[in-house]
Amino acid sequence: MPRDAAPAHGVAEARGLFDGEILRHAASASVGKLVDLRGQAKNPVMFVVLIGTVVTLVEAVAHPGTFTWSITIWLALTVLFANFAEAVAEGRGKAQADTLRNMRTTTEARRLRPDGTEERVPASELAKGDTVVCETGDVIPSDGEIVEGVASVDESAITGESAPVIRESGGDRSAVTGGTRVLSDRIVVTITAEPGHTFIDRMVGLVEGANRQKTPNEIALTILLAVLTIVFLPVVVSLQPFGQFSGATVSVVVLVALLVCLIPTTIGALLSAIGIAGMDRLVQRNVLAMSGRAVEAAGDVQTLLLDKTGTITLGNRMASRFIGVGGHPEQAVAEAAQLASLADETPEGRSIVVLAKERFDIRERALGEHSFVAFSATTRMSGIDLGARHVRKGAAESVKAWVLEQGGSVPKELDAVVGDVARSGATPLVVADGAVVLGVIELKDVVKQGIREKFAEMRQMGIRTVMITGDNPLTAAAIAQEAGVDDFLAEATPERKMELIRTEQAGGKLVAMTGDGTNDAPALAQADVGVAMNTGTTAAKEAGNMVDLDSNPTKLIDVVEIGKQLLITRGSLTTFSIANDVAKYFAIIPALFVATYPQLGALNIMRLHSPQSAVLSAVIFNALVIVALIPLALRGVRFRAASSAAILRRNVFIYGLGGIITPFVFIKLIDLILVALHAY
Amino acid sequence: MGFFWTIVTLVVALGIAWRYLGSYMAAVFDGRVRWLGWVERPIYRALGTSPEREQSWKRYAAALLVFSAVSILFTYLMLRLQGSLPLDPQHLGAVPPALAWNTAVSFVTNTNWQNYGGETTLSYLSQMTLVVQQFVSPAVGIAVAIALVRGLTRRDASTVGNFWVDVTRCMLYILLPVAFLAGIVYVGQGGVQTLAGPAHVHDALNGVTQTIARGPIAFMEAIKQLGTNGGGFLNANSATPFENPTALTNWLSIFLLLCIPFSLTYTFGKMAGSRRQGAALLTAMALIFGAWVGFTSYAEHQANPAVAAAGLPHQPTGNMEGKEVRFGDTSSALFGVASTQTSTGSADAAYDSFTPMGGFGLITGMMLGEVSPGGTGSGLYTILLFAIVAVFIGGLMIGRTPEYLGKKIQAHEVKLAGLGILIMPIAVLALTAVAVSVHAGRAGPLNAGPHGFSEILYAFTSQANNNGSAFAGLSGDTAFYNVLGGIAMLLGRFAVIVPVLALAGALGAKNVVPAGLGTFRTDNAMFVGLVIGAIMLVGALTFFPAISLGPIVEQLSHGRFF
Repeated sequence: MPRDAAPAHGVAEARGLFDGEILRHAASASVGKLVDLRGQAKNPVMFVVLIGTVVTLVEAVAHPGTFTWSITIWLALTVLFANFAEAVAEGRGKAQADTLRNMRTTTEARRLRPDGTEERVPASELAKGDTVVCETGDVIPSDGEIVEGVASVDESAITGESAPVIRESGGDRSAVTGGTRVLSDRIVVTITAEPGHTFIDRMVGLVEGANRQKTPNEIALTILLAVLTIVFLPVVVSLQPFGQFSGATVSVVVLVALLVCLIPTTIGALLSAIGIAGMDRLVQRNVLAMSGRAVEAAGDVQTLLLDKTGTITLGNRMASRFIGVGGHPEQAVAEAAQLASLADETPEGRSIVVLAKERFDIRERALGEHSFVAFSATTRMSGIDLGARHVRKGAAESVKAWVLEQGGSVPKELDAVVGDVARSGATPLVVADGAVVLGVIELKDVVKQGIREKFAEMRQMGIRTVMITGDNPLTAAAIAQEAGVDDFLAEATPERKMELIRTEQAGGKLVAMTGDGTNDAPALAQADVGVAMNTGTTAAKEAGNMVDLDSNPTKLIDVVEIGKQLLITRGSLTTFSIANDVAKYFAIIPALFVATYPQLGALNIMRLHSPQSAVLSAVIFNALVIVALIPLALRGVRFRAASSAAILRRNVFIYGLGGIITPFVFIKLIDLILVALHAY
Repeated sequence: MGFFWTIVTLVVALGIAWRYLGSYMAAVFDGRVRWLGWVERPIYRALGTSPEREQSWKRYAAALLVFSAVSILFTYLMLRLQGSLPLDPQHLGAVPPALAWNTAVSFVTNTNWQNYGGETTLSYLSQMTLVVQQFVSPAVGIAVAIALVRGLTRRDASTVGNFWVDVTRCMLYILLPVAFLAGIVYVGQGGVQTLAGPAHVHDALNGVTQTIARGPIAFMEAIKQLGTNGGGFLNANSATPFENPTALTNWLSIFLLLCIPFSLTYTFGKMAGSRRQGAALLTAMALIFGAWVGFTSYAEHQANPAVAAAGLPHQPTGNMEGKEVRFGDTSSALFGVASTQTSTGSADAAYDSFTPMGGFGLITGMMLGEVSPGGTGSGLYTILLFAIVAVFIGGLMIGRTPEYLGKKIQAHEVKLAGLGILIMPIAVLALTAVAVSVHAGRAGPLNAGPHGFSEILYAFTSQANNNGSAFAGLSGDTAFYNVLGGIAMLLGRFAVIVPVLALAGALGAKNVVPAGLGTFRTDNAMFVGLVIGAIMLVGALTFFPAISLGPIVEQLSHGRFF
């Protein structure tokens, strides 16, 4: 099944960057946020702007004038634009949460009483430890573990993936999620989640960003912004006595305007939007991060532990060889194998048909009366019945047992051949025609296309990739070499995996890994970024700090890039914001004192029309630049895998140098427009 | 020696000092230099400490603050009691309380702002008491810088060193030997060194007796420059032949000013295990310093407009107003830049008489925060604060939690570095605002308007940066300016040192992230550019409005800055 295809529905329902509905909601929300003073105070930079707006408003009421009112309105707009940016980012999350909520129908659960009889209760009344029954067509009422039975389950509600998945008791495929639907068979499930704390509830909370905590780097940046705000307070406030000493009358409105222009409002306004959008980008790729901290840590990762299967190699092995046993020729094996695989739509099955055609030109043919035998979790075989002829392929032990059952015998060398194939890192499938064992199909790992280049990129970014595999060292080395990973851990056990993570962390490195099994749980918890596969066990999902709904381990690489992009966007916009100040000084300082010292007009290098138009132009630029940068904040600064030096050069050039030049151009432009409008 | 050769020889000498004095200092603070162990050990026994007993940053800071408080008190009492103490050949009475306070704070904070004339106010004993602080205060600054470097280079450490040991070693192995050797040169060149009291010369022609101040000047001169102190024995400082007799001592003075602050970057690189890390900071310092020298020297080499207006448009010697003919225009400009950018504040010319652009070079050099190369120790720890901020923003721009020498720069570190950088501009602007608002402050400057404003701004810039460079025109010896100036100096010194030590503690406790391809490089040209950018931007953004109301207006008005 295509993993990369865009899901039809689910959490990741894509919305345009500027979905009309989201924008409308955001516009009204930005006014609403204004009243929530405590919320506003959480953002020190914008809170100063809000206070400044109130000051100019008082001034405007006391001494009305076009200029004072214009400044007041534009300062108010600055605050509104900041709220708007946040609301747009939140709105995108809310839209996704609504999709999820709609799907969380009020299900009825069939709870089992201790005596084995059923009772019908609303799903919301289920407590942890209750046992429920689900049969074909039922919606699983809450998260749980299957304790009895096997079923195919439609999880598209969560993953957007339409193909059903098999869930069975015991092992690593026993977890089921509330809100998914049983398509066949009957299962008994023990509930593992308290009401209101199910996976879907958590997902809703996460995408809504309801209890979003600031991440470490975000806190550090907020502090830096506060520092930059604090330092400009005395700079501006002291201008009042300085001006008085110089015999100048300094207007409070202009001082407020100067303060607002100097403090880093651009990044201050967009900071939380950037954070929310970063989480959102993950959700778009069907990854749920349990905390923003984990997303940030992903950007810092220096070691990636990647499971071989599914990440480095195609999760599905491909037929590479037919081996005859008991004197049967390869071609006989190929023919039987092809017959047994005709109805097998798995990639393995298809690869057998392809190989048979390539090797012996065996094509599909008219079969006459036949019936296919599908693979099942209990028989572990699949095949075809052609009249009295029964052809089967499957796991060695299962096929052997089936042959013996029919009174056949197993060739002596079969075990040796199967063992050889397994030892080389490949998977052996045994092919039998009735009671006769014909031979073995070798299914080999195929390294994913393009993965080598991906690892080269990682290396350039300073990230070490380690392949984790249960294979023996020889096979592991061969695949590692082919895939181009930096290192591998062969014959990996959960303990050895854990040990590797600890060693890396002791050396100061951050480690990311993926996992799905219960035995992965400790390592997932230990890793700095632990991405659990959604198909995995509840234990694994709880131990990790991210869940990949598509269960695609390669996505770890995307997660790292998103983490980096998040930080880069913050850093670049901070640089831009601070660099902007230079131009604003040249606009406002001459305007402030030119009446007292006409000589200071020489500093008016932009040749702005009048002191008032200069101040207003700076304030308008300051407000509009927030709106102009919302798309960038939401989309993130473009990230390309490159060395740190190259990335830095690029961003310093664009956002540092660009940040100095841009406002000169636009402030002048706004001034020209103001003059053209005869505003001044 | 022409200006060109002065520069060339200085660069060579400073290069050698950087390499060898730098690594020697690293060895001293690592405890690998022991040739004065027989002096060291009894001192530790008397203090009840030992090099093995290291302190947490809090204990280190507490020791430093207690020691400095005691130093201030001691110096204050010595000045107040000088009339009753020996070595007072001129029978100068007690120093008034406000002036004694200002002076005591000034020397303990390595500022050496002098609201007094040395020869007319202080006894020899008082001068020597100040010399003690001229040794101790640079040692304290260097100790703080070393503690910060230790924090950056250690891993999972709970201590940052031992304050008493660091100060003792700095004094014994670095300051005393170098100052002693330099003092001999000053004496050899004709610097005055005597306890015989002033000379009385009878001028028969005019029928008057002149009193010529003398004293133990030459050796004070050595530590005055080496420790980036700047407070001279005589009021006219290095412009007098008694303090600075020849072109050689003038050259030596500039060398001594710069050698420790520049060399400490090598010490830093050495302790960090990467000379390139030190070289990066050195480059940032040297580029700023070089630019200011070039700018200021060029300005001073221009014709004096007043002299030109008087009919002498051709002035090949540059602006010689207020210059010593022994030193000339460009060399005095070099001295001035070296002195203002090392937080020294000594002078071999009248800064008041510098051309507008030249004077601009001096005050803005201080406003950058004394990092190029800055005072002994304080230069290194201040530029490290800027480096941390540069690392933080730059690190974010490459998509990693920023790290400096493998130490993650997080909220706590940003807070402390930000605090350390903020204090100086806030102190300068707030205190200047107070001074221009109250009558006692407005009475200080001799001039009105922008010039008067410049005088006040310069005074607080100099004191809050622990520079001490004096600017004529402000009557600083008033209770108002003495008290407020003392506050500026204390803030500029200790309100920065405490966050720096806290930073040392916080960084030292962290693990080290191994460097790799994805690491933000802090030893290349890009980083040098970012550090310079951070310094310039913070300086420009905080002082641009104030500067435009003072020097810039003046310049634009009548072509005169000061």
